[in-house]
Amino acid sequence: MKIEFVLNNKSQIIEVDPARRLLDILREDFGLTGVKEGCGEGECGACVVLMDGKAVNSCLVPAGNIVGKSIVTLESFKKTERYKMIESCFLEAGSVQCGFCTPGIVMATESLLNENPNPTEKEIKEGLSGNLCRCTGYNMIFKGIHLAAKRGKGLW
Amino acid sequence: MVDGFRPVTLQETLNIRSQYNCTPIAGGTDLMVQKARGFALKPGFEQPLLFIGHLPELQKIVIKNNQIHIGSGLLLTDLLNSEIIPEIFKEAVRLMASPPSRNLASIGGNICNASPAGDTLPYLYAVDAQLVLKSVAAKRTVPIDKFITGPKQTDLRKDELLTEIIIPNKTFGVNYYKKVGQRKGMSLTKAAFLGLADCENKRITDIRIAFGSVSPKIVRSREIERTIVGKPTFEMITAIPEILAKYALLIRPIDDARSSAVYRKKVSLRLLEDFLRKIDKEK
Repeated sequence: MKIEFVLNNKSQIIEVDPARRLLDILREDFGLTGVKEGCGEGECGACVVLMDGKAVNSCLVPAGNIVGKSIVTLESFKKTERYKMIESCFLEAGSVQCGFCTPGIVMATESLLNENPNPTEKEIKEGLSGNLCRCTGYNMIFKGIHLAAKRGKGLW
Repeated sequence: MVDGFRPVTLQETLNIRSQYNCTPIAGGTDLMVQKARGFALKPGFEQPLLFIGHLPELQKIVIKNNQIHIGSGLLLTDLLNSEIIPEIFKEAVRLMASPPSRNLASIGGNICNASPAGDTLPYLYAVDAQLVLKSVAAKRTVPIDKFITGPKQTDLRKDELLTEIIIPNKTFGVNYYKKVGQRKGMSLTKAAFLGLADCENKRITDIRIAFGSVSPKIVRSREIERTIVGKPTFEMITAIPEILAKYALLIRPIDDARSSAVYRKKVSLRLLEDFLRKIDKEK
């Protein structure tokens, strides 16, 4: 199937089996390896990217569902001021250890703050409930997000 | 073999459905997992996919004749953002999966997947949701408890699509929903309980009770509900043993990786008891 979509702000037309996972298209066809495969079942959030600005599990998205959509991965998001704010706050709060979950966590953070620039502790937990991290125990991640929301006033 | 269809209108979609053996797919959150073949592999679908999640005809939510018509393609996130969806239904939806999955999953998909643990189902059973099924030639409306015929089994015909879910535009005085799972986020349901009731002058005028995940299908008994309607609210506590005994006969859970049959049954009946105690205090 011929599929037209926007990837990291650039229009793309690809010929692809519509059942293929967005995750594989991003990693294999476009070399965007910031997108990670964890569980492959939509449970861990390592493969989260933005689709029309909203966090989605790219392992659950068949190619046929990206027609006309705008997909943003960490590779392009990292050029933004918002990313720089998240990065510095994550570093300060110790939100990153092994780093495997981090791209997904960053994209979920962007999706959350975009919708709700001033999240409460509970809202941060709910917003990140689809992202697993086996290193940090989450508290440092929640702290990093809280810090980014506080310091990044006006960015979201 | 054609690998997939992505029609632009509902009419075109129904035409394809009538001509080809194909698998309708909306968000894909259930199907992509069921057909997954492993790391970095394309899921193994036996039939061409028919993409329907984008169809504008399936994205509407409107109130008509005091009923809420929900397009089957609406996402769980859309339901949460809607001002006309009853809060108790949103409570169930809010506990489903996680934001990145709710941004993909459709209500129609949750119904057609027909899992005994489907989290939209207890509410839809309790309010007697009607499902609109369309084909090129016909349109029929079927109550949800007739549509779902068993675990993962529905009455959807080969040329039909679920296009709309109709629920009453009504909220109840007493609303009770509990999902029992391993954790709050991202958990599959071990047992779910939904209770709704209306009371007037210390009498129960309407009651709906539904259990999820504890039988091949959602458990709801209009017969038992009818025996409760009309009773004084303050008699509920004394009626607990009798009502629990009736439902105990209908709750037939299984042991699986998620939970045990014994636990599921016990917790379900305790939730029912808690709901009845809540009604006992109603005026």
